[in-house]
Amino acid sequence: MWDYSDKVREHFFDPKNSGPLEGANGVGDVGSIKCGDALRLMLKVEPETEVILDAHFQTFGCGSAIASSSALTEIIKGMTLDDALKVSNQDIADYLDGLPPEKMHCSVMGREALQAAVANYRGEVWTDDHEEGALICKCFAIDAVMIEDTVRANSLTTVEEVTNYTKAGGGCSSCHEAIEEILEKVAQEWEAEGKAAPTAAPAPAAEAKPAAKPQLTTYQRMRKIEEVVESIRPTLIKDGGDIEIVEVSGKDIYVNLKGACAGCMMEQATLGGVQQKLIEALGEFIRLLPAKLLTEIH
Amino acid sequence: MKPIYLDNNATTACDPAVVEAMLPYFTEQFGNPSSMHSFGNKVGGAIKEARKKVQALLGAEHDSEIVFTSCGTESDSTAILSAIKAQPERNQIITTAVEHPAILSLGEYLEKEGYIVKKLGVDKRGRIDIDEYKSLLNDRVAIVSAMWANNETGTLFPVEEMAELAHAKGIQFHTDAVQAVGKIPMSLKDTKIDMLSLSGHKLHAPKGIGVLYLRRNTRFRPLLRGGHQERGRRAGTENAASIVGLGVACELAMQNLHHENTEVKRLRDKLQAGILANVTHAFATGDAGPSGNRLPNTCNIAFEYIEGEAILMLLNKMGIAASSGSACTSGSLEPSHVMRAMGIPYTAAHGTTRFSLSRYNTEEEIDRVIEAVPPIVAQLRKLSPYWSGNGPVDNPEESFAPAYA
Repeated sequence: MWDYSDKVREHFFDPKNSGPLEGANGVGDVGSIKCGDALRLMLKVEPETEVILDAHFQTFGCGSAIASSSALTEIIKGMTLDDALKVSNQDIADYLDGLPPEKMHCSVMGREALQAAVANYRGEVWTDDHEEGALICKCFAIDAVMIEDTVRANSLTTVEEVTNYTKAGGGCSSCHEAIEEILEKVAQEWEAEGKAAPTAAPAPAAEAKPAAKPQLTTYQRMRKIEEVVESIRPTLIKDGGDIEIVEVSGKDIYVNLKGACAGCMMEQATLGGVQQKLIEALGEFIRLLPAKLLTEIH
Repeated sequence: MKPIYLDNNATTACDPAVVEAMLPYFTEQFGNPSSMHSFGNKVGGAIKEARKKVQALLGAEHDSEIVFTSCGTESDSTAILSAIKAQPERNQIITTAVEHPAILSLGEYLEKEGYIVKKLGVDKRGRIDIDEYKSLLNDRVAIVSAMWANNETGTLFPVEEMAELAHAKGIQFHTDAVQAVGKIPMSLKDTKIDMLSLSGHKLHAPKGIGVLYLRRNTRFRPLLRGGHQERGRRAGTENAASIVGLGVACELAMQNLHHENTEVKRLRDKLQAGILANVTHAFATGDAGPSGNRLPNTCNIAFEYIEGEAILMLLNKMGIAASSGSACTSGSLEPSHVMRAMGIPYTAAHGTTRFSLSRYNTEEEIDRVIEAVPPIVAQLRKLSPYWSGNGPVDNPEESFAPAYA
């Protein structure tokens, strides 16, 4: 079973603000019954101030869908509509002390229900720009649509390139076969269109080939390490985690994984992915190690 | 309160007698059965004895038809890959839409390699159309693979009849019987089944041991090469302790076959009737009628307008273990392919809950489950946008039609 936080369990076993809402003047219905998650969010908004006086939900869905709905109603009660619209899916996940990566879409559904309900209140038509395909890379939560779009837009032909552009495949490697299938499918379509498959795509600007790198000074090297780690942090923070550099000792770089990353079953995959990025950026082999090893050594 | 385990189609507890029989093979009887010395000798004898016990449970003609493998999935892969390798002139595979992923995923992989895989559909009770099946049989078909019993609903396929029909056309027949072995009587020597997969952990033996039944004179190509073990049909040093355990488990299954089809079946029927009498808008899936062809231990109930993972979490809180066909429990985007193949609507497919019993379950446990389920369903329906008061909202699909997000 999923590793749900106590907060998720609490909001699932004893959900807040469930059931129909008398006098609701903004209603948002979102979700997909095919996927097994659907949510109706009901708002009671005071017209003069646009303050949300009350919020209720009804949800067809799993434990985390119900908990996300419950959390959302708690978060937005008392907010103005404009403030409520600033609530992100990450805020919902944070409120619940994190969600498993496969369940992040439950918090996304909450955020979309909010947009739909506000649009309904304001008499606007809300259209969903969200497109979701089958989850391919479970390490970095990248779906098939995202990979296919990126492959097309950038004329990618190898798994390595896909990893450079989307991160998909940069963790445990178990999705490489699936990525190859997407590449093959797009390549066949190119062929059918009479367009010769591009030979090699230019690497993204930030990903210059390591071989071309001149020797870095110690200071430059430290800066580079920081730069790479900084570029990765937003993604980890999005998933409720974080990373910090503790020590650089020769080829060994010691880091702390924090938040949802700490003790996550993907910890090794995350470290592996970051290590790969560092190796590419520095043009030398380095080892990324958990900082707890540092104290064991000294 | 002691937890209640009703997820025996997922895996079973090892019988204590099985564990006891295995223990010496981790310590004093550690020898390699292939060795010439006395350390290996006794182990070889124990494996031989276990093979005979498996043979007896399956009703196989020869004990040499029993090939020990590591699991049901390995047996499935071995059977299908053998059939296409041994008969290169045949490039078609017939199977069903409701097979285990061990078969379906392999089929998808082989399709990419250029093989033609035909999947028989099922009706709303999970049954195949035998005339449609007949129409697919031709001399380009290498193998038919059909499960004996469905893991989700317990529905039985007429595999003996299907094997006869395949045999008449010179086609090999394989059945994935991991759910059926030990639950229903079988006598393979009286059938035309060429290959059968069995998995130890479904019948109170440990995980990591399986069997491929391979009828004598069936054209065969091994999956694993590099050793003379299992007469060269499955190389690799024997998992002696688990083989011994499986032997004991088969012996016990044989002794309990009657119990399984009387007492376990009675408890299953009581559970199903008890739940359906107290929960509206719920129905048993599969061939679940009084005269239906179904395993004696399985009942799968669809609770409409609610979702399975939520049901399982609340059951778990009450100390009851079951499983579900919802998308969420598997981390996939769609509910169970078995439910979809039977045409169960999404609003019910996501709420399917499987209760699978074993000979260890008691009447008192079943009574507790019958009592626990209705309030759980009511609690979740209170949260559901499809539900209002004591029943579904009018025109549920229309009154709640969410934007896809």
